[in-house]
Amino acid sequence: MTFTPIDKAARATPPAMARRIRGLSDRTIAWIFVAPSIFLLLAVNIFPLIWTIRLSFTNFRVNRPNNDVEWVGLRNYQRILTDEGTWATMQATAHFLIWTIVLQVLIGFALAFLINKKFRGNDLWTTIIVFPMMLSPAVVGNFWTFLYQPQIGLFNYVVAFFTGADPASFSMIGDVMLAPWAIVIADTWMWTPFVMLICLAGLRSIPNSIYEAAECDRASKWRQFWTITIPMVLPFLMLAVLFRGIENFKMFDLVVQLTGGGPGNTTTLTSIDLKREAFEKWRTGYSSAYAVILFVTVFGLASIYVKALNKVKER
Amino acid sequence: MSFSVTDPTPRTKWFAGLAVALYALITLMPLLWIIATGFKSPADSIAYPPKMVFQPTLEGYVNLFTTRTRIKEADLANLPPADTWYDRIVREQGQIIAGPSRYGERFMNSVIIGFGSTALCMILGTAAAYAFSRFRVPLKDDLLFFILSTRMMPPIAVAIPIFLMFRNLGLNDTHIGMILLYTAVNLSLSVWLLKGFIDEIPVEYEEAALIDGYTRFQAFCKVVLPQAATGIASTAIFCLIFAWNEYAFAVLLTSGTAQTAPPFIPTIIGVGGKDWPAVAAGATIFLVPVMVFTILLRKHLLRGITFGAVRK
Repeated sequence: MTFTPIDKAARATPPAMARRIRGLSDRTIAWIFVAPSIFLLLAVNIFPLIWTIRLSFTNFRVNRPNNDVEWVGLRNYQRILTDEGTWATMQATAHFLIWTIVLQVLIGFALAFLINKKFRGNDLWTTIIVFPMMLSPAVVGNFWTFLYQPQIGLFNYVVAFFTGADPASFSMIGDVMLAPWAIVIADTWMWTPFVMLICLAGLRSIPNSIYEAAECDRASKWRQFWTITIPMVLPFLMLAVLFRGIENFKMFDLVVQLTGGGPGNTTTLTSIDLKREAFEKWRTGYSSAYAVILFVTVFGLASIYVKALNKVKER
Repeated sequence: MSFSVTDPTPRTKWFAGLAVALYALITLMPLLWIIATGFKSPADSIAYPPKMVFQPTLEGYVNLFTTRTRIKEADLANLPPADTWYDRIVREQGQIIAGPSRYGERFMNSVIIGFGSTALCMILGTAAAYAFSRFRVPLKDDLLFFILSTRMMPPIAVAIPIFLMFRNLGLNDTHIGMILLYTAVNLSLSVWLLKGFIDEIPVEYEEAALIDGYTRFQAFCKVVLPQAATGIASTAIFCLIFAWNEYAFAVLLTSGTAQTAPPFIPTIIGVGGKDWPAVAAGATIFLVPVMVFTILLRKHLLRGITFGAVRK
């Protein structure tokens, strides 16, 4: 008999309760309830993952199915890690990740702090602010290219209005220097509400009595902010950073619609690079190795981060 | 009303409200611009300076749903008078309607795939979440973490083998393939969220039902499901929004019959370049339902976006 986790699940269910009831036993129910989900996840997630790992050691190409598939060992991995293009891509991704997280944390926290002042109508404003993050990144990203048009774009017009520059003189998505910032701005617009919502939950979880005690001890507002507010919100803030980090490391739809990775390779994030290798150059073996490297990176960084997060929570 | 020393002063409140309202208005601008552009004529949409006030027209919407051909003015004059309002709008541009566009089909694909995958995901997810919540499952934490970790993979990375697998099974560019795929992607979210919601239902309710002679399955259907209805509904909306917005898998795995709206909308072009009013009209029709859902969801928003990690 195979020894799957589901079997164990079924066996661990207390038999006394199962005997007490008529019809299907708890054991069977646990089995029937969990099995389809696990099966689907195995079929659509784990099986492809194993397949990817296997392909990553070969020189297989989807568009040439009749070629002999050779076992090339670690050559794909070696080529990716020594390729300068990969490191340029990683740099673009790092720039995107760091700046989006910094801006979103600063703006998101500031907004949450202000909303927590409980002025009238704050629910309404919160709902409005949340809109962008619920929308389709591809559709919205596509429309941002319109906002970024030189001369006729709303973004250029507004910037020109406040700085006095000529709205036709700069192109956010056509300029090598500006394009990395164009995607940072669009992503920040879209995802700041996410950080804001989590910070707001953190701020609301702080009991008022702590501030009252601090007030009795004549602690200044400034002191209260740094010794009560920030430490209490920190676990929430770190959770928000974790989510944003993973999501933006995977970022594809918004950026591919906005800049398509260009101009040149200045906004080619890892997912876009991977898509080119896999579905435009059809280097299946090579791109599988790439995918494995990305997965290990996300998983490794996330695990280290979660450990740090748990330390902060315990404190 | 009681006052506390820690209450913000009226002036602080006033200032905070002003700052937040200002941010909200700025953040709303791109969305309002999408909606406004949908009602502009192509010439107005690319005017400089950008037009805040304009003559509204339904041209964008008509262009979105039709394909048109340009004909000579003399031929146009010979035609019998236009009998519908949309015919008239098209003829004012010197064109006639050649047929419907693909947008309707693509939108319906989004509806079918979105609702299909959400329904399937709720059935599987509720069952699994119930089992994880109520039965003692060894390796439970590992299984739950495994379910969560399936979300960490970049979609493009899994798309390669899924593309190969679907091709072998004949599922590429089919509704059923996309429904299965989105169900699998959404399962992690729905299991985690629903487990949280079911954990909150006191186990005593079911025990009472079991003692009264219900089977476990009956207790699940008649006691747990009604109690979890709000949770199930909000989880379903999250799954629907995800499937609705998904782009990476859709653009790689569908091209014709099962293509959803997100990969289609950016490809809308008009005569001599991008037809921005039509794109904006397509985007508006596509985005407004999600805004409505966001308003319905606002109480559970936080829980949904953090996989149940933060509950209010």
